[in-house]
Amino acid sequence: MLLDKDRIFTNLYGWEESTLKAAKKRGDWDKTADILKKGRDAIIDEMKASGLRGRGGAGFPTGMKWSFMPKQSDGRPHYLVVNADESEPGTCKDRDILRNEPHKLIEGCLIAGFAMGAHTAYIYVRGEFYNEGSTLWQAINEAYDSGLLGKNAAGSGWDFDIVVHRGAGAYICGEETALIESIEGKKGQPRNKPPFPAMAGLYSCPTTVNNVETIAVVPTILRRGASWFAHLGRNEKNAGTKLFCISGHVNQPCNVEEIMGIPLKELIEKHCGGVRGGWDNLLAIIPGGSSTPMIPKTVCENIHMDFDSLREVGTGLGTAGVIVMDKSTDVIQAICRLSQFYMHESCGQCTPCREGTGWVWRVMKRMVQGNASVEEIDMLFEVTKEIEGHTICALGDAAAWPVQGLIKHFRPEMERRIMEYRKAAA
Amino acid sequence: MPKLTINGMEIEVERGTSILQAAEQLGVEIPRFCYHDKLSVPANCRMCLVEVEGGPPKPVASCAMACGDNMVVKTDSPMVQKARKGVMEMLLINHPLDCPICDQGGECDLQDQAVGYGFDRSRFYENKRAVTDKELGPLIKTSMNRCINCTRCVRFAEEIAGTPVLGQLNRGEDAEISTFIDELVKTELSGNLIDVCPVGALTSKPYAFKARPWELRKTETIDVHDAIGANIRIDVRGREVMRILPRLHEDVNEEWLGDRSRFSYDGLNNARLDRPYIRDAESGKLKEASWDEAFAFIAQGLKGLKGEEIAGLVGDLADLESVIALKDLFKRLGSPHMDCRTDGARFDTSNRAGYLFNSTIAGIEQADSILLIGTNPRWEAALINARIRKVINERRIPVGVVGEAADLTYKYHHVGDTLAELEKMVAEHKGKAKTERPLWIIGSGVFAREDGAAVHRRLYELAEEMGVVRTDENGSWNGFNVLHRAASRVGALDAGFVPQDGGRDFSEIIQGTKDGSVKALYLLGADEFDVRGQVGWKTFVIYQGHHGDAGAARADVILPGAAYTEKNGIYINTEGRVQYARKGSSPPGEAREDWKILRALSDALSDQLPYDTHAQLRARIFEQFPHMAQEDTILPADWSAFGAAGKISGEGFKNPLSDYYLTNAICRASATMQSCSTAFLGDRSLAEAAE
Repeated sequence: MLLDKDRIFTNLYGWEESTLKAAKKRGDWDKTADILKKGRDAIIDEMKASGLRGRGGAGFPTGMKWSFMPKQSDGRPHYLVVNADESEPGTCKDRDILRNEPHKLIEGCLIAGFAMGAHTAYIYVRGEFYNEGSTLWQAINEAYDSGLLGKNAAGSGWDFDIVVHRGAGAYICGEETALIESIEGKKGQPRNKPPFPAMAGLYSCPTTVNNVETIAVVPTILRRGASWFAHLGRNEKNAGTKLFCISGHVNQPCNVEEIMGIPLKELIEKHCGGVRGGWDNLLAIIPGGSSTPMIPKTVCENIHMDFDSLREVGTGLGTAGVIVMDKSTDVIQAICRLSQFYMHESCGQCTPCREGTGWVWRVMKRMVQGNASVEEIDMLFEVTKEIEGHTICALGDAAAWPVQGLIKHFRPEMERRIMEYRKAAA
Repeated sequence: MPKLTINGMEIEVERGTSILQAAEQLGVEIPRFCYHDKLSVPANCRMCLVEVEGGPPKPVASCAMACGDNMVVKTDSPMVQKARKGVMEMLLINHPLDCPICDQGGECDLQDQAVGYGFDRSRFYENKRAVTDKELGPLIKTSMNRCINCTRCVRFAEEIAGTPVLGQLNRGEDAEISTFIDELVKTELSGNLIDVCPVGALTSKPYAFKARPWELRKTETIDVHDAIGANIRIDVRGREVMRILPRLHEDVNEEWLGDRSRFSYDGLNNARLDRPYIRDAESGKLKEASWDEAFAFIAQGLKGLKGEEIAGLVGDLADLESVIALKDLFKRLGSPHMDCRTDGARFDTSNRAGYLFNSTIAGIEQADSILLIGTNPRWEAALINARIRKVINERRIPVGVVGEAADLTYKYHHVGDTLAELEKMVAEHKGKAKTERPLWIIGSGVFAREDGAAVHRRLYELAEEMGVVRTDENGSWNGFNVLHRAASRVGALDAGFVPQDGGRDFSEIIQGTKDGSVKALYLLGADEFDVRGQVGWKTFVIYQGHHGDAGAARADVILPGAAYTEKNGIYINTEGRVQYARKGSSPPGEAREDWKILRALSDALSDQLPYDTHAQLRARIFEQFPHMAQEDTILPADWSAFGAAGKISGEGFKNPLSDYYLTNAICRASATMQSCSTAFLGDRSLAEAAE
């Protein structure tokens, strides 16, 4: 369990102000210039040593991602883009950072931007985060007024600007290349990769897109040292702390910062007051935001909440948005709702996702009633396999996984529903 | 150069080649819908998925993935087959099963690939999606239920045509292709949207429900609606042309075709001259006649006339055989008065370099600056405009315009309206401009004025000063280009159908008809001037052609000829490229191929032309003009001075066309072209309703 002294987001709950003054009191913006003086390579090496993996869902090592940026500019500017388009159902960690700890993010932008040779950062804020965007804006203005941004930012000799770009509320704009398209003023549709953004991203310039949480933890890591962060987690590959967002059928749904790899049961019992009706009333959880496959109670018993442990059981840490479902849940209905979400949010570019998400949802709707045949469960599984891995971006996968998780773990329930419907109809 | 293995075969390709292109080079077929080799690559249909060994355990889109060294690609592995089947199934679930009533049926990519790569049955039991059809104008019929959202049309409109009116609205399964704010697709290249559409979502409106592809007889021939000589295929049933499609010719039209060339074919059936007519002396009206009567009437009309009292004009659509036969006939009649420039142009015809598109059309792609002088290429030669746009898209080269400004679909610098402005520009930039391959495109319209020959000379001098023609270490470059508008023009100029010694040119001939010095006028399809208004009322006018248009209306005797789809003919395009049109159907009624008419007339005038068959005529032509025997080749012209010194007026250059759709007799007879003219160019001012 995470000790208070190791907590990065000390104002996660907004008990203190989000202003620059309060942030400085919490330790933000403390000798930022000294961090920058270490130089680009030292910062990137430190990040690599810390073992920080991207907090947006895919868990790609951050230091390595930064090192993909060209060392020397070929004349094109470099950009840092911060993905604050947090729209994954079950996830609300970035939102709290934006409204309570914006200066961690802004300071992180400066350091990360410097480390990859960028003079400009774009923060793409989800359209629905109106107040959060305003808070961020205020914080940025404060930073400019105090000389922490702009020319010679924070006295480091590095010029740095931050642009806040508001989205219009499309889930797909959280995909990094769709996000880039959206900033460029185009329809948010993911691009083909390669070329990867580090080669040709925003306005065809080298770009790195990072999640809010990833950037916001950077200053603290560099201040306290990579080894401090690396030793916090469960193991080398799953290091540090992580914001978990627990929602659903727990007594006290909450956002909490915990060590990477905390046992799920401990997370729920310690921080959320346990599952509604007791642990034995648990049916299943979705561990990492709506796109990760669910795991039933049997798996939940001993699972650790980190990238690799969850991968071993066929799901993923994702954004660490834990959705808890107790036995009162109509689990088919729950997944059907997610299917509807992905159908609605598909950008319409690739054939399998455009056509397949609607098909899956329609079949799922019938599955909820039981108005289907048992063979259709297999067909449904095959259809999700036809979508998965055949599209430009990962939305196709995200639409397929929840249904696959359902079929894998709750097929008897689906068959029972079908039999009941037949009986009632006969 | 990366070396890779595709299906066990090794291939070395140029850097940047996609896997799909490399497979194509090996003859390995990879199915695709959204990929089109002339358009950008969105990789959204996902049909071209292939397996790359060693990569992530999922298939990759071969159209968007560049070949890498030592890649091992499999295009037919179980993983690929499964992926294709899946994508095919997804494409078909919402695609209506209306192939039997779909005009694309029989030549549909989706149909073919469904057979080749899809499942044999459906397991989709939900309702299919319905999408509202769109109104894109009189040429394109939409059936949006069939759309597979490949976005080829969107990319074509934006990239090639330069009219970004199409787009994909909404997202997910609600995504649909539409025009923004109910616009029509206002481009001269809109017909190509039908070709690029891989399914039956965009089909030809005039061709709707008319025929099936397998019942059509296909003839590969040449287009005559402008001077580009686009390569086309005409599809005929019986003797009726059902539709016209472009053929691939990278150096001329690539794979595109202008709307005028593609959709005016219904004009071939309207207002046709299908029998000879002679004007009744008493009533002054035309009456039907037999060929013998018509020839006798002509013999009567020309009787006693001296050679100098007879003149001949050749129109825009004439084939070279008939032009040369007419020239031969005129030689026998002893007349030097002949001209093919019925637009009144007065440029120097003695030097081919002075009237050819010297750089060639494909050569536009080598230019590093382009100057358009007195031309609107978008209307005069839509495909040349598309080619210019292509170069601009690729390399952002500077473009200038001297003359009337028009919407050319790309940005350009408007230098000014007059030749004086051009002179000023040349004086400023001479020797300083950083352009090594400057390209000038001069509209043939700039010579259609009193001082045409002087303008011709001045342009030669300016081109010399500016280094438009040069030889340097990179080879030789001739960027002096005249853009003609008439398909017959360059051929007739090459054949010397211009004033002979002491002969009159077009305006002098017209003048002669008024003052009585020209007593008889032979019009070979000459419809592009105000015949009734300009030709003197006493002149005996013989009109030979295929449409009852301007020429026929004034004629004293009409000899019905064949349109371009109905005869074998030689055409030379604005580059000087020799191309052969081939007969796809037969002329209507009594109408005959044009050279035959002239040959028969020579009989009636008791001075027989020395050829009895088309082959004999061709042999004679090739003997006189050896370059015409070389199909699809260009005889380059030597660069030397042309034009005549003279005073130049300060008048600005005007674009000669006021309507893209109605430029010749065939178009004017076409209901489709008339409705296009109204829909796209018609008066759009606010209509008012009565109170």
